[in-house]
Amino acid sequence: MGFLNLLSRRGAGPGLVRLPTGSFTLDPGGRIVASTLPRSFPAAHVQRIGALVLSTFQSAREAQIPLTELIADYAALKLTARELRGGAIIFLAPR
Amino acid sequence: MSTRHKILLLDDDHELVEVYREMLRRLPSQPEIFTATSGARAIALLDSQPFSLLISDLNMPKMDGLQVLTIVRRKFPQLRTAVMTSVVDAQFRTRAYAMGIDLFLEKPNTGQEVSFFVDCIESLLDRETDTGGFRGVQSKSLVDIIQLECLSQSSSVLKVTNGSFAGKVWFKNGDLIDAESQDLKGEIAFRRILSWKTGNFEILPAEPERNRTIFNSYQGLLLESAQALDEAKGQPAGGDGAAGSAAAVSPLATLARFNGVEFVISVSGDDSKFESWSSENPEPISKWVRQTMRRFRELGEGFQAGELNQLEGLGPQCHVAMVSKANADLCVGFHRSLSQDLVRDTMSKIVTQWAS
Repeated sequence: MGFLNLLSRRGAGPGLVRLPTGSFTLDPGGRIVASTLPRSFPAAHVQRIGALVLSTFQSAREAQIPLTELIADYAALKLTARELRGGAIIFLAPR
Repeated sequence: MSTRHKILLLDDDHELVEVYREMLRRLPSQPEIFTATSGARAIALLDSQPFSLLISDLNMPKMDGLQVLTIVRRKFPQLRTAVMTSVVDAQFRTRAYAMGIDLFLEKPNTGQEVSFFVDCIESLLDRETDTGGFRGVQSKSLVDIIQLECLSQSSSVLKVTNGSFAGKVWFKNGDLIDAESQDLKGEIAFRRILSWKTGNFEILPAEPERNRTIFNSYQGLLLESAQALDEAKGQPAGGDGAAGSAAAVSPLATLARFNGVEFVISVSGDDSKFESWSSENPEPISKWVRQTMRRFRELGEGFQAGELNQLEGLGPQCHVAMVSKANADLCVGFHRSLSQDLVRDTMSKIVTQWAS
């Protein structure tokens, strides 16, 4: 069963991106002002989440249902966003 | 005509792919084995012909296994999927199961594990690709799973998820001792869980300290639940005057009978059609709901965070909760005085009714 050595070796490829635990804060322009997210979580992902949250608060105002808090409940992640004077603080918590 | 199963193996390691191919060739059902070393190639192969099973690694360059599974679950919902990986991490296991995979295995390290792997794959292939059933270790009916746990004198926790709903059933030495689903507990929760036709299940470790709330035998409970389901099926829709008049009312109005509900809007996913109840400005809200739900679904797919169960918004004028089901979105507006917990509880009842 020498082939089992092949099976037991660990993959050397690039790591999978773990869903992070932490929070980050955006100013009204969408710039990140503070973050407790691990550095391993790509900045592009953080920007994407931030942009979506800010645009959702904005579009909700335009639809005449202004919101101050958003909670996206995914099977493997909970995203909570609170509006902060045009910006937002966003919490990420994997399940 | 050949009826051999077709298995697609996806792993970026060429040598490993060959080893797996040899193992799987020895399966009693003698399936045809196809291989791919990149996600793009695997998806192209799946597009080109029907397969019975995809076995995917997780850790791969460019497109990782979770990204591949996200696409595969959407494009080929009937395809059985298994993950075989050396990434030993509970988070990835949870995320893979959240996507609806059938099997999550660590790469085998011993002869016994190889044998177990081969048995599991053969068992997966044996399952008929019906439209119902529960996706978990194997596709079985929920009654089968419960009977198996009881007959094998197991102590375990059976976690069942059905869309945005989740329930748990506790077993102790083969006895069914407790159940819980949303706000329900005990036998009522068990009956609720048993009424679900499809979903995912997972066997979790036993919780010996769990208090017993169910004292009936599992056979009795299964029988009672089956009778209740049969009776529910047999009831004529709108059989009496009251039900008949209710049927004449908008279906959304029946969803709005819960305390605190201010408006209800249902939005079709394909076009700009929507229905609304009691909303003052349904058109802009329906557009916002469709756009917001689509964007958050895409965000979840981008991070492989699993299905978007619910999106909630709290505001100074009203609170909203949104869910998707069968290519439609439902948005319910609640009075701003309702607490977040109450919004969530009420929404779960509304969604149950909407789904039925």
